[in-house]
Amino acid sequence: MAEMIKERSHVALEGPQASQGAEAGKKTGTPTVIVDDLHIIYRVYGAASGHEKGNAANALMRILRRQGRPQMKEVHAVKGVSFVAYHGDAIGIIGRNGSGKSTLLRAIAGLLPPAKGAVYTDGQPSLLGVNAALMKELTGERNIVLGCYAMGMTPAQVREKYDEIVEFSGIDEFVNLPMSAYSSGMGARLRFAIASAKTHDVLLVDEALATGDREFKRKSQQRIQEMRKEAGTVFLVAHNLDVIEETCNRVIWLHKGKIKMDGDPAKVLAAYTKN
Amino acid sequence: MSQPESAVADAQAGGRAGGATPKGESLAALAERHGLRRSIARPALPVYLRQLWQRRHFIITYASSRNVSKYSNSVLGQLWQVLTPLLNAAVYWLMFGLILGQKDKPGVGGNYTAFLITGVMVFTFTQRSVLGGAKSVSGNLSLIRALHFPRASLPLAYTLQELQQLGWSMAVLLAIVLVTGEPITWLWVLIPVALLLQTLFNLGASLFIARVGAQVRDMTQLLPFALRTWLYASGVFYSIQEQTKGLPDLLRWALEANPAAAYIQFMRDLLIYERVPDQWTWITCVFWAVCALIVGFLYFWQAEERYGRG
Repeated sequence: MAEMIKERSHVALEGPQASQGAEAGKKTGTPTVIVDDLHIIYRVYGAASGHEKGNAANALMRILRRQGRPQMKEVHAVKGVSFVAYHGDAIGIIGRNGSGKSTLLRAIAGLLPPAKGAVYTDGQPSLLGVNAALMKELTGERNIVLGCYAMGMTPAQVREKYDEIVEFSGIDEFVNLPMSAYSSGMGARLRFAIASAKTHDVLLVDEALATGDREFKRKSQQRIQEMRKEAGTVFLVAHNLDVIEETCNRVIWLHKGKIKMDGDPAKVLAAYTKN
Repeated sequence: MSQPESAVADAQAGGRAGGATPKGESLAALAERHGLRRSIARPALPVYLRQLWQRRHFIITYASSRNVSKYSNSVLGQLWQVLTPLLNAAVYWLMFGLILGQKDKPGVGGNYTAFLITGVMVFTFTQRSVLGGAKSVSGNLSLIRALHFPRASLPLAYTLQELQQLGWSMAVLLAIVLVTGEPITWLWVLIPVALLLQTLFNLGASLFIARVGAQVRDMTQLLPFALRTWLYASGVFYSIQEQTKGLPDLLRWALEANPAAAYIQFMRDLLIYERVPDQWTWITCVFWAVCALIVGFLYFWQAEERYGRG
């Protein structure tokens, strides 16, 4: 443990100086995303816990006792995270399941309101994900149009990108069938193709690379690299550490909603795998 | 263990920022110096309206896509858009018209079938818009948590979806009105006006209920009862004037000032009674349309940045 803290303070001391070396992008010095003491609290509506049986009499008693609903739980997913991301950064976010990675991304995208603290951004960060807008009963063709509009594209842009999306996804004639008829791999490919059709200032990628077959994985990784060149800053959440190592120049390790380590990929990943 | 560590991490983050900026500058100040904005902030009203206008293609496509996907699993498909209100009307005709004897009451105007179906179709439009609006935000949390768009797009799309469905219902309604012996008159020109006013009202109501539904989960349980009460109070299968005879005037006014009753009255005037709606009907219809839209929109917009939290 002492070793790790030492390591971190080492990074901290180096901070701005290090940017002259490996983290060349930071030389420009303009921050694109500033996260300032961010707290995110989710409200979850779930079943009652074990000792409270979910019957009507208990519900009535609770109301009489003015206790509110026990089913409603607050989950403190991100607890006071602060960091500054600079132009040209590709930041990997790692951590165990439930450590708040996806929540942090959504907060940066401005999709989850902070309970405390703030996220400041240059331009509109966008999440690489369009799944929620698509409808499985509709054909691939309709879904491409719907997904593109959902990301805020104009009709002209949709016409321009349509063929490219179909080609990249490689679903060929399946484009005329409803998405419910697709294999899970095909669905994932189409979703990624739609989501990555738009260019972004700040791009947030959440586990998009874990889908599809090997060939498609290679293609999509290549696409992410291209997007990283176009975008000012890329955030990447992945469990696949190889992807992080190849793509990122900085890694943030989240643990139970807090930053455990932040710095050079080699060092953070080494500490993470040792953990 | 994680406590001191995160403190170090925080200090480090501060340190990085501090290194690049004059000592002691807070992150907020750093953000301001570089012109960074809070990513979650409610846009001003004119900006919001412009954003909504830019998203019009999404709203239209989303509405029609939902319409297509909604019935894709049933054999009769889109036909249910028309069959559902017709079956409802048939049940009401049997219950209220035949068994409870509303059919031959004088206030109805002699053509109970047309009277009833006009009422059912007009009321169904508002009812479904309100029901859809209540679910438009709470049922699309994953969409809200994944993409950035003015949230009013959702209640708007749901109301538009109902408007698209209404196209079919109107065709059937007009056919039935003609079959039961009412003539085509120049008054039919006013039908789009009636529908426009009602759509504006539905939109406002849908926006309003969307925010309520997003914040109060129990809404979905309660709403069907509220809507059924509204249905019974709106003179869908009886004539309000006839039924409130001998009761205090105040009660009749209250029932007639109800927006659903006013829109039903407007449509019946055009289709069955062959007269221009009187000034009170006009005033009530316009008042509710304008009022609901303004109040509903402002109320929805005020919570814009909070949708998606719980």
